[in-house]
Amino acid sequence: MLQMKIFLAFFRVGILGYGGGPASIPLVYKEVVDHYKWLSEDEFGDILALGNTLPGPIVTKLAGYIGFSVGGVIGAINGVIAIVMPTALMMIAFFAALANFQDAPWVTGLTNGVLPVVTVMMAVLTKNFVTKSHSDLGWKFAGLLLLIGIVIIGVFDFHPAILIVILIIAALIKRDPLEKKIKGREGGKEE
Amino acid sequence: MIYVEIFIAFFLPGILGYGGGPASIPLIQYEVVERYEWMTVQEFSEVLAIGNALPGPIATKMAAFIGYEVGGWLGAGVGLFATIAPSLVMMIALVGLLYKHKDSPKVKRLTQYVRPVIAVLLGILTIQFLAGSVEGGGILHTIILLVGSYFLLEKWKVHPAIVIVISIVYGVLFLSGG
Repeated sequence: MLQMKIFLAFFRVGILGYGGGPASIPLVYKEVVDHYKWLSEDEFGDILALGNTLPGPIVTKLAGYIGFSVGGVIGAINGVIAIVMPTALMMIAFFAALANFQDAPWVTGLTNGVLPVVTVMMAVLTKNFVTKSHSDLGWKFAGLLLLIGIVIIGVFDFHPAILIVILIIAALIKRDPLEKKIKGREGGKEE
Repeated sequence: MIYVEIFIAFFLPGILGYGGGPASIPLIQYEVVERYEWMTVQEFSEVLAIGNALPGPIATKMAAFIGYEVGGWLGAGVGLFATIAPSLVMMIALVGLLYKHKDSPKVKRLTQYVRPVIAVLLGILTIQFLAGSVEGGGILHTIILLVGSYFLLEKWKVHPAIVIVISIVYGVLFLSGG
């Protein structure tokens, strides 16, 4: 049954994908291109590129969109539930179990033990984002944006949404030399 | 109303987090810790650590659990819906338009321009976690755990779930403060 297959495909991605959504993309590929052959390699690439034009978690967009194109609205809901539910329930169950021991000293020890590890994970993620910013935008522009970010969010404590929305608008209204050329050429044809 | 707050707290990271789930972590933290004060930084880091030890997308695990903590099962549902639905619905509804522009430099710039801001937020979160580590476990244990987990994760590429389990054992043995 189709819906069963959609569920299984994304359930496997959800419980096998370590390292967050972006790390699970190859697993989605394996299910929908290699195993079930719902999409060709090119179609998968297109859908991934589409998903990347939008914000938010990527793997749920893939599950929802592929679920939708294979099995309609039910397929979309099915795909999303399959990828999200198993681990969401594990999280809730883990902390529910932990809550019984809230005042036990070892729970404090647990927190103190994991905090440095997430510090390292966050530091590595920060470094990756800074490095990628520099390679995409160059030192000057990336440095400027980083500085603006530190001042506005770190020092003046503005909501990050304000700055992000301004940057989204800036990215969309900035004209490209290439685009001008193409438009110019099209305009030339019309004459 | 609490469900409206849960919705806003996860809707904003969902529509502003360019760069996938990990990019929305500091945005979620901003809403949950700084704005609505549902959790302390320590509690948030604990949720993040356990989330990283489990498989699957991280943003939805955070949304489901924090939504559940704040508003029960309905809260978990609202958190998940707010995280997933906006960008998914946009993707399905605007597929033609997006397809036309998917290779446009404007669209590529979106992620590129937002990324430095996310980097700043991640940096701030790193500093807060570091301060919490020193406060909770003391400087010596913090250094041991920082250096140890850095080598395990980055140099020897040990699976994050294993590193987190090791750190839990270390914390329970040496940092229980009892």
